[in-house]
Amino acid sequence: MHVHTIAGLLSGMAAGQFSSAEITSDYLQRIASQDQQLNSFITVTEELALTQARAADERRARGEGLKLDGIPLAHKDIFCTQGTKTSCGSRMLDNFIPPYDATVIKALNAAGSVCLGKTNMDEFAMGSSNENSYFGPVRNPWDTDCVPGGSSGGSAAAVAAGLAVAATGTDTGGSIRQPAAFCGLTGLKPTYGRVSRLGMVAFASSLDQGGPLTRTAEDAALLLEVIAGVDPADSTSADRPVPRYSEALAQSLAGLRIGLPQEFFGSGLDAGIGSVINAALKEFEALGAQLVEINLPHANLAIPAYYVIAPAEASTNLSRFDGVRYGYRCEDPTDLEDLYTRSREEGFGDEVKRRILVGTYALSAGYYDAYYRKAQQVRRLIQSDYLNAFKEVDVIMGPTTPNPAWAIGSKESDPVSVYLEDIYTLGVNLAGLPAISVPAGLSDRKPVGLQIIGQHFDESRLLSTAHQFQLATDWHTLTPPGFGGKS
Amino acid sequence: MNWEMVIGLEIHVQLATRSKIFSGSEVAFGGSPNTRASAVDLAMPGMLPVLNEEVVRMGVLFGLGIDAEIGRTSVFDRKNYFYPDLPKGYQISQFEHPIVGNGEVTVVLADGTEKQIGITRAHLEEDAGKSLHEDFHGMSGIDLNRAGTPLLEIVSEPDIRSSEEAIAYLKYIHSLVTYLGISDGNMAEGSMRCDVNLSLRPHGTKEFGTRTEIKNVNSFRFVEKAIAVEYERQLDILEDGGSITQETRLYDADRNETRSMRSKEVANDYRYFPEPDLLPIVIDETFIQRIKDTMPELPRAKRDRFQSEYKLSNYDAAVLAANRTLADYFEGVAATCGDAKLAANWVSVELAALLNRHDVAIEYTPVSAEDLGALIARIKDDTISGKIAKDVFEAMWNGEGTADTIIDARGLRQMSDQGELETMVATVLADNPNQVAQYRAADETKQKKMLGFFVGQVMKASRGQANPGLVNKLLNQKLAG
Repeated sequence: MHVHTIAGLLSGMAAGQFSSAEITSDYLQRIASQDQQLNSFITVTEELALTQARAADERRARGEGLKLDGIPLAHKDIFCTQGTKTSCGSRMLDNFIPPYDATVIKALNAAGSVCLGKTNMDEFAMGSSNENSYFGPVRNPWDTDCVPGGSSGGSAAAVAAGLAVAATGTDTGGSIRQPAAFCGLTGLKPTYGRVSRLGMVAFASSLDQGGPLTRTAEDAALLLEVIAGVDPADSTSADRPVPRYSEALAQSLAGLRIGLPQEFFGSGLDAGIGSVINAALKEFEALGAQLVEINLPHANLAIPAYYVIAPAEASTNLSRFDGVRYGYRCEDPTDLEDLYTRSREEGFGDEVKRRILVGTYALSAGYYDAYYRKAQQVRRLIQSDYLNAFKEVDVIMGPTTPNPAWAIGSKESDPVSVYLEDIYTLGVNLAGLPAISVPAGLSDRKPVGLQIIGQHFDESRLLSTAHQFQLATDWHTLTPPGFGGKS
Repeated sequence: MNWEMVIGLEIHVQLATRSKIFSGSEVAFGGSPNTRASAVDLAMPGMLPVLNEEVVRMGVLFGLGIDAEIGRTSVFDRKNYFYPDLPKGYQISQFEHPIVGNGEVTVVLADGTEKQIGITRAHLEEDAGKSLHEDFHGMSGIDLNRAGTPLLEIVSEPDIRSSEEAIAYLKYIHSLVTYLGISDGNMAEGSMRCDVNLSLRPHGTKEFGTRTEIKNVNSFRFVEKAIAVEYERQLDILEDGGSITQETRLYDADRNETRSMRSKEVANDYRYFPEPDLLPIVIDETFIQRIKDTMPELPRAKRDRFQSEYKLSNYDAAVLAANRTLADYFEGVAATCGDAKLAANWVSVELAALLNRHDVAIEYTPVSAEDLGALIARIKDDTISGKIAKDVFEAMWNGEGTADTIIDARGLRQMSDQGELETMVATVLADNPNQVAQYRAADETKQKKMLGFFVGQVMKASRGQANPGLVNKLLNQKLAG
């Protein structure tokens, strides 16, 4: 069975085997015929996609092909797209059409890519299952009774089902890596500051980072080298050169020191996932890498620290949604107070309200020191754990998630149990590190993700490590039954 | 009981940058609503603040101007509250780590005494927009042109003990920020606004009384009045054995009273925390040195120099040095006419009177310093009298030309020809034989009084052009004769 990749489509178009217009129509057709099973798109931009595809074909015909010319992508509905609704999975922004593009979108458009549409997500990126969307839950193509992960669940489901060759996502606590793991994809969360946050609707400013969800590490490299880089409009973006990631994939695994945090392999890890990960680690050993046991002593504090810092930042980031200038406004407000309370009451979903309440509480006078300040101290401890570990190893590996995708609705009454599913991914955001999840096998017919964590700005190492693994294995080529191949 | 008033001021100074503190939008007064508001100013989703470096330079410049500690690592914080003219639902301000730490200024009061007033801190922040409550059929309009305008909030120690000191301090800060070129200081357009913290305590006690904060007083005169009425209000309560409620009050200029703001508007927990969208500002020695090198002479130093160099009184020197344009003007006049005392007099009396009468700022005076200097030079070389000079000056103000052209055109040149004046004096004496006889019979004291009559007659005969010094001299001689 044939699996599309960006690299494959680029060479096919270069060789004249097919045009962008052809593959774009093909994807649009697949979306039309299959997405009602998945609900992975909020908006499909058919006309825009075909216009962009034809323009790409013309450029290629003139010999002026761009780096990603004609590649059909899907964008998480958190990235502002000029002229196309950007809902962030919320009723609050169901009517919001941005007059500007996010820097990530601008870069991908400038590289010639085609926008198929905007993908479903947990409201304001708050969630790990995509059940928190105003536009309804997304289903996992591997098992449509299960969640695809979140918050970039629509992007993951769409790529896994072959409704787009790759997609953008954002990762605040695992929102790229965990859905990539649940849907059998490669998902890269870059170093904090590597990719501009401008035009990405903010959840938790000090943790948010955009990145790609792809079939392969090679595709992730191709996308990252387009979207990475300093942005004068984002003060937290890093002013350092962007390596050509796609040209550094050949780096051998021989001698690579892989750290295995004991905290990631203890109780709480699903046995099936454990054995898939162990098999993958043996593969790395066979490829010449060296496995080193390490410790991240404060790893268990990542969840409490994260669930103070992220809601605290979110509670104020979401204050701008007040019904005054744009977005949802309640009917017939009687006064200002009523305008605020009803617009926000009706415009936000439960999980968003829960986090606004938690964050507001954590920042309140009398609680700030006990919660927010303490959480920031813990954050520094977690970061120094990682930095210490990197004195002895090149990368750190472990499972991306403790459990495989769960049944939709099964955790509805217990939000904290969902928070606990992010145990292996949150610390990476708190430490600002880059990490990638790669398909490592199946457990009970569901995909399992291997997480590789790198040093700050060492995405090259992550991508080449993942690529070498993918050269030796074919887990990343598996497609969900019923969604495989090309129509 | 004898009560002492204790005042601390928070002054918001609008910094004179071309663009806003966190966006590229132009900063300017007025404009159609929302024409100077970008996606950042509107807090559109995904928009991020980018710090205007000029604002940092201005903050540091102010800090150096009051000899304050400069915050080597200063941090922006979010101050959270909901209001329709606050688009993000938080104001980006500085809380724990302001750009300017402890400093001090010395102000001169009208009687020449000096007073030290401590400055606790000064921090950078953004202004909010404006809510417009008229003309919207029961709804409110929001104008975000002002949102994101850079402000420096200067917080004083509770060192002020009278409204005179408060005004002197306010004026000092006003002159300092305009000297430094970091603000236009235009209070009518809101470039300087003031919150007054005021409490009373029995004389001689150390503990502060409960204070009230009077928000947003926007002129020197209103600050003076607000202090006066709030003092009376608190005094009445305390004298009646009551106690002061700590609260925020508004000064209503129309009714000349302060009144409590609804507690709902003020009972805010701002939930400050470090702004994650901006990096801390790290200021190094090189940056500070570069700014030091651009530092102009400040009011205090200029005032001292005016006293020593021009022998002006402490008060005159302070008045002239308070405004950089006025000080430069004065120095221009003094250089042209070569007489600093006359120059000081003319600038602070005659020029000030005309500026005042026509409500014109010194920046827009129609008479240049060189032209006024040239006029004063004509007094000094006896071409005209001081009295005639005032008329000439008015004519200059009205655009009739330079001193010399007006003097010539009006034939005002002083008569200093001895022979001509002698004839004139002789005629006057001959025409008034009775007065001459009375004069000669009078004692010295009376004579002095009577001399004025003869001077007046001669001046009249000369149509005011006779050199008064010479006329006096000749009359004394002839009358003695």
